[in-house]
Amino acid sequence: MSDIAVPGRELAPAHLRDYSGVPRLEIDDLDVAFATDHGDVAAVNGVSLYVDPGEVLAIVGESGSGKTVTARSILGLLPETATAKGVVLVSGTNVVGLSGAKMRAIRGRDVSMVFQEPSSALNPVYPIWWQMAEGLRAHNPKLSKAELRERAVESLRKVGMPDPEHRIDRYPHEFSGGQKQRIMIAMALAMGAELIVADEPTTALDVTVQAEILQLMRDVRDQFGTSIVLITHNMGVVADLADSVAVMYQGRIVERNWATELFARPQHEYTKALLAAVPHVGRNSASAKLTEAQHAELLAGEPVVVATGLEITYPGRLGLPAFTAVRGVDFTIHAGEVFGLVGESGSGKTTIGRAIAGLEPTTGGSLKVLGHEMRGIRERDFKPVRKQIGFVFQDPATSFNPQLTIGECIQEPLEIHARNLSSADRRAKVSAMLEAVELPAAYARRFPHELSGGQRQRVSLARALVLDPKLLVADEPTSALDVSVQATVLELFKELQQRLGFSCLFISHDLAVVDMLAHRIGVLYQGELLEVATGTEVLSNPKHDYTRKLVASLPVPDPVEQARRRAEFHRVAGNDVD
Amino acid sequence: MTDIPVIVHTPDETWWQRLPVVADVRRSVGLQRGMLITGLVLSGILLVTAIFAPLLAPFSWAQTADAAGSFGTQQAPSSRNLLGTTVSGFDVLSRVIWGTRTAVAVIIAAVIASLFLGVLLGLVSGYIGGWLDRILVMLADAIYAFPSLLLAIVMSIVISGGQSSAWGGILSAAISITVVFIPQYFRVIRAETIRLKAEPFVEAAKVVGAPHWRIMFRHIFRNATRTLPLIFTLNASEAILTLAGLGFIGFGIEPTSAAEWGYDLNRSMADVTSGMWWTAVFPGLAIVLSVLGITLVGESMNDLNDPRLRTRRATGRRKKEVSA
Amino acid sequence: MNDVGEATQVVTRDAQPSVPVEVQSRRRKGGLGRYLLTRFLLIFPTILILMTVVFFLMRITGDPITAALGGRLTPDQLAQRVHEAGYDRPIIVQYLEYLGNVLTGDFGTTFSDNRPVLTVLTTYGSATAELVGYAILVALSLGIPLGMLAAYRRDKWQDAVLRVLAILGYATPVFFIGLLLKLIFSVTLGWLPVAGRISTAGEVKMGTIANPSPFYLLDAIRLGDVELILDVVSHAVLPAVALGLLTGGIFLRLVRTNLIGTLEQQYIESARSRGVAETRLVRKHALRPALIPVITVMGMQIAMMLGGAVLTETTFEWKGLGFMLAQYMSSRDYVAVQGIVMMLAVIVAVSNFVVDVVAALIDPRVRY
Repeated sequence: MSDIAVPGRELAPAHLRDYSGVPRLEIDDLDVAFATDHGDVAAVNGVSLYVDPGEVLAIVGESGSGKTVTARSILGLLPETATAKGVVLVSGTNVVGLSGAKMRAIRGRDVSMVFQEPSSALNPVYPIWWQMAEGLRAHNPKLSKAELRERAVESLRKVGMPDPEHRIDRYPHEFSGGQKQRIMIAMALAMGAELIVADEPTTALDVTVQAEILQLMRDVRDQFGTSIVLITHNMGVVADLADSVAVMYQGRIVERNWATELFARPQHEYTKALLAAVPHVGRNSASAKLTEAQHAELLAGEPVVVATGLEITYPGRLGLPAFTAVRGVDFTIHAGEVFGLVGESGSGKTTIGRAIAGLEPTTGGSLKVLGHEMRGIRERDFKPVRKQIGFVFQDPATSFNPQLTIGECIQEPLEIHARNLSSADRRAKVSAMLEAVELPAAYARRFPHELSGGQRQRVSLARALVLDPKLLVADEPTSALDVSVQATVLELFKELQQRLGFSCLFISHDLAVVDMLAHRIGVLYQGELLEVATGTEVLSNPKHDYTRKLVASLPVPDPVEQARRRAEFHRVAGNDVD
Repeated sequence: MTDIPVIVHTPDETWWQRLPVVADVRRSVGLQRGMLITGLVLSGILLVTAIFAPLLAPFSWAQTADAAGSFGTQQAPSSRNLLGTTVSGFDVLSRVIWGTRTAVAVIIAAVIASLFLGVLLGLVSGYIGGWLDRILVMLADAIYAFPSLLLAIVMSIVISGGQSSAWGGILSAAISITVVFIPQYFRVIRAETIRLKAEPFVEAAKVVGAPHWRIMFRHIFRNATRTLPLIFTLNASEAILTLAGLGFIGFGIEPTSAAEWGYDLNRSMADVTSGMWWTAVFPGLAIVLSVLGITLVGESMNDLNDPRLRTRRATGRRKKEVSA
Repeated sequence: MNDVGEATQVVTRDAQPSVPVEVQSRRRKGGLGRYLLTRFLLIFPTILILMTVVFFLMRITGDPITAALGGRLTPDQLAQRVHEAGYDRPIIVQYLEYLGNVLTGDFGTTFSDNRPVLTVLTTYGSATAELVGYAILVALSLGIPLGMLAAYRRDKWQDAVLRVLAILGYATPVFFIGLLLKLIFSVTLGWLPVAGRISTAGEVKMGTIANPSPFYLLDAIRLGDVELILDVVSHAVLPAVALGLLTGGIFLRLVRTNLIGTLEQQYIESARSRGVAETRLVRKHALRPALIPVITVMGMQIAMMLGGAVLTETTFEWKGLGFMLAQYMSSRDYVAVQGIVMMLAVIVAVSNFVVDVVAALIDPRVRY
């Protein structure tokens, strides 16, 4: 039985304060266990919750917290290896142990789910109306095709999709990620579900699109009184949308409170640590810490990377047109400086990083890395420069050869560029690097799969820095990590950069993360560099419209401040759907 | 992915527990385990019988008489000839046992060249790309669809003008299998190489400036060989089947040179029409069990390495508690 | 393998430089024509490669005449025969001449019975085509429904049995199945005929048709004679089953694996979350993508069946190309052998092309 106190209603948001009826969703002492290769593992342990009509409950947690499992058990979408015990009341029926026709009756009609990946949640070979109609017809087999199409158009209109009468005949690939999420929400509305379970609905979307979808969900709650169970790891999203929050850790709920209360006065140690680890734009800013003089000193430093009119175009294949990923970009990275490159998907930021590391050829303009012109350079000439460059990749799971030990991975650059070192010397260097990234030296004998994601990114750093390079390129190094892990890795990053003094190109989509580390920030949009300025400049005084929109759409982990920023975002971005 | 993330701690494993086959046996469950173990047992029997054939077989493969006199032709199974005799008076049991040697010989001959050449070509072609790759792919596509039996027929003419000695027949089958299977290995390894080329850890090696050979062998090759067991077992089974096929249409190995199951089946065709079953069934069963054993091992190892296809133990005792 | 689940739920962005989705998914109409043209043009190098391989392989031991009659003639007589047939000219000349002949349809003349190889091909080719056709029917009607059943009852006993049977189908050589079937159904039970394509009585009836088509079944239907139709069908059953079982097993496993894979797609779960019934999910969403690989594999299967046809026809005395091939081999008629093998190479190349075309039309993943 859960011993978490039920929060008092006096502190609830206005629209929920007076409610005293039956909750729309009630979970009572839910246990879910999985059969794995190593025995039964309890994923959810004694979880109890309730959600009122018109309430948005956010379930937060990191990986392994059990939040996704909890969400899926509301719809009975657990795999065969899972066993659920307890009570989950959806509109009065207990879903646990339910199967067959009874379960199907509830799905879609009483509760709907919105999935994380909009592109894979829709069947690519059927038009939109057909997929919406399928769900509708599963519950009302007697509806005619005309009625089904009518309902589809209606619900698309409700979610603000322009020109719905024609859009319903289109195929999924003709819509963007944000539009597809709108369609998923429209499907939920069309079937009249009063409860929506949204599993990380905006994680796969760009920040600007995310803000729109969050607004949509808020409108859905306000206009139709829909309850939403929002699963997320992003505290900014929670601050923006949630009425109440439940924090999960290792299968249990450790704290439950109204959103404003939780952020202002967190009770549990874990909640406190979690909130402290979330990057909050403006706080802990690297550029803010430097004085004007120090900024000037950095800019006077020797240029490590100089891009002038840089252009990178991918040639077309078999009838497809050529695609220009980077067009006419100018910037300079100086010695000892951390340059943050920010952009959403398709902005070209990764392409630039890869070009600097010699992984992509440049096709126009000039890109000088450590004095060498990259355009048309031959591998033979570039090879000696490579020992001055380190690269950290995004995904820790695939950054290492699974057949090599950690020690062998870190040693590789030494084996290629410092061949005169004895093997004892090399091992000593490996130990030194492991120590620098705060990992025990014994890890050198372990294999990558034996380490956690955060640990692997530390090793990635160690490998990139083992030759003491002048330039480090980090491509979204913490995007795949949990929030608390991310904070420690970023701290490590900062500390190493200050100590070793290398220049760094830090690529990310997350302004808050970039702000923590970067001295200067460049904003990229669809291949063009829109503005470059110090971190504080870009964040507090953005010059370009897009930058303004980007900054405004970034949710901060503080509900009060976020409400204010939301107003600002609407003023800047309007509410257009493409 | 509908996989639900759960934190699992991998216990420390000893080095031998990590070996491919051993690890698979430990991991498997239910049917797949049964398949793997059955396959291993059958393959083991094939190998052991081949090695110890002289000790196991009562008579030689071309023996028609022993101390007590001639066996007689087309005799039903008896205490003297446990599985009967063929139309030429050979002991069926002995020929079945000696046939294992021929089978194992053809597997070895067929696999060696195709494996090395196919893997090497696939690795290089996939890594380098360009026009070399395109040509090799075209060649591979042209050849690999061609029925290996037809090629074996042509080869057997080439090598020995049709009728053959033991090594003639084995070589024909082996060479034709090699020719047809090099493209198989090539395709699979090439596909894996191309996939791995784009993986971050390979790019990490490129960024550091690792030379090509180092990337190919240290990083790509060691990870590309995951699907080899399956191809190897397919290769081996095809070898046995092609040799038998060759023997069946009359271009196999002379019975006096070696025992070969396909040839025995060819001789037994007439017997079948008269209702004699022992000359056909036993050699046929030998083929089936050998190929079955090898295929089962390959199939189950393939299934086990693909997390989607692997079966898992169900959770212990599902208690359905439904409250009012 | 999901060891520590940390990275699974946070989606990677911009992990690789990518061309935006909108550009990738645009399939231009002109592109299809170009793709098909490329595949069509590829037939010729394919055939050329195969022909070259076969031609030179067969010439390694020398010329056909020496191989056939080497032991039986004096060296002088041999040399004269070889010279007459033109086998002593430079090999390249012979090669080019052969290629030229093939282009005009002249595959050579058989040695043993002095017929143009082309005639042999057309006379017996239809019998093999019929056999392969029946076998494919058997394979499809067994493989697909059983594969679906196995996927549906995954890991239950039906699945286990079916998968083992499929593997057994692969492990059992075609001729052994044939012999066993013969033993059981023809010899012991006497239900079906032992060998041949048609009974002698039936053959007589067949001769009465005005314009004989190459296919017995077709003619039997045209004559409208039920007894004749039964005759033809009963002769075809055992060979078709023997040849079709192997491919049926392959289709079974293919359908099973692909169906399982498709059923795990996110959009299936998405539809399930809206209350759509399981059977409908399979029928409307999962089946088509799962069946497409069956078609793409078909080309290879046809090739494999051609090899198997040789064995099956020998087992059942089905007078098709395979049977003739074996005959010509035992009479050492290498010209005929070469011609037949060449023909089969052409068939393999063409069928691969046809399959490519069909796959391009129906498989959304093939990008052109």
